[in-house]
Amino acid sequence: MYDSNKIIPGLIIFVILVTFPLWYNLGKAAAKPDPKIDTPVIKEMKEKQCIEPKAAMKTTHMKILDQWRNDVVRGPYNRLYTAADGKIYDMSLQNGCLKCHSNKTQFCDQCHNYLQVKPYCWDCHIVPKEKQ
Amino acid sequence: MGINRREFLRIAGIASLWGLGGKTAFEILKPGALEAQMRAPLTQGKKWAMVIDTRKFKSQADFQRCIEACNKTHNIPKVDLKRQEIKWIWQEHYENAFPDDQHQFLPEGLEHKPFLVLCNHCTNPPCVRVCPTQATFKRPDGIVMMDYHRCIGCRFCMAGCPYGSRSFNWGDPRRFIKEPSNRDYPTRSKGVVEKCNFCEERIAKGLYPACVEASNGALIFGDLENPNSELRKMLKENYSIRRKPSLGTQPNVYYLV
Repeated sequence: MYDSNKIIPGLIIFVILVTFPLWYNLGKAAAKPDPKIDTPVIKEMKEKQCIEPKAAMKTTHMKILDQWRNDVVRGPYNRLYTAADGKIYDMSLQNGCLKCHSNKTQFCDQCHNYLQVKPYCWDCHIVPKEKQ
Repeated sequence: MGINRREFLRIAGIASLWGLGGKTAFEILKPGALEAQMRAPLTQGKKWAMVIDTRKFKSQADFQRCIEACNKTHNIPKVDLKRQEIKWIWQEHYENAFPDDQHQFLPEGLEHKPFLVLCNHCTNPPCVRVCPTQATFKRPDGIVMMDYHRCIGCRFCMAGCPYGSRSFNWGDPRRFIKEPSNRDYPTRSKGVVEKCNFCEERIAKGLYPACVEASNGALIFGDLENPNSELRKMLKENYSIRRKPSLGTQPNVYYLV
C-alpha cells in the first residue's frame, strides 16, 4: 500500500472522530425526565385530573393543542373543549394549560429537553412567572 | 297502509304554508324578535364593522387613549426604529389617509388634521388573495384574521394592503417588551407579519374592542348586517367616507367627517 503511513493514522483519526459522541457520553445516562405537578393550583385540586387521563395526555397533548389552535384561530371558532368526562375547558395554552401547569421549566421542559423537541409555542405565548 | 301520494302532497303543502305564514306572523307581531332568536353564534353570519367619528377627536389625548388601549391589550412592542415600527392602530394625516379625496378648497384645518387608522377588515381583502399559505384569511364574520402559526413572513400581504395596515417583525418583538402588559394575550415572534384583529379574542368573550372601549363613544363597533345596530344608525344619519374606495376593497371602517 502506498502512503500507508498517512492513510492508517488518518483512518484511525477518522474513526475516533466519528465515534466521539458514543464514547464521550459512555456511562453518562441523561437524567430521567421528572415532570412535576406541584403548582399551587394543582395542589389545591381535590382530584388531580387533567383534561384527559394521564396516559392520554402523555401521548396526545400535542395533538390536542394542534386541534385547539386550529379550532380557535381558523374556525369553527369554538373555544370550549368538552373532555371525555363531560367537563368543559377553555381551549387555550396560555389561558388554559398554563393556569394549572404554571411551572414550565419543571413540567413542559422536562420531557421536551430529554427528547430534544423544541416546540415554538413559547416564542409567542407568554410563560407564567416562576419562583426561582 | 300509510298515506297515498295525494295525501302526502296535501300535508306537505299545508305544512309549508304554515311555515311561511308563521314567520310572517312573527315579523308583523314582533319585528326582529324571531330574527334575534334565530341569530347564529357570535362569530357566524355577521359582518363586523367600525365607525370612527372624527368630529369627536379633538386633542392628541383622544387619539392616544385608543392607541394605548390597543398597544396594552395586544402587547405591541414600541420599536425605536421608525421603519421597523409595529402598528395596529395609529394616526395618519388627511392626505395620507384619504389620498383620493383631495382638492384645494377643503374645509379649514382638515388638511392638517390627523385621522385614526387601522386595518379596514375589507370585504374584498387583497392581503388574503396574495397570501401563499392562507395565514391570513377572511372569517365568516368579516374579520380579516392572521394565523401567526402559519405565517412564513413573505410580506406579500404588506405589498397587497393599500392601507399600510400590516407590520413585519424584523426581529424578536420581545426585545422591546420588558414586561408584557397583558399576560393573557401572546406576543408575536420574529419573522411574522401582524396587524389589527378587531379584537377577535375580546369579541369571543362578548367584549367590545379595546380601542372602542377606550374611545368614550368616538368609535362605534357593531354588526353591519343588523339593521337595528347602533353602527347602522350612525351610518344612516351621517355622511361617511371610507379610505381609498376606488380600489374596490370595500373597507369596513367608516369615517364620519
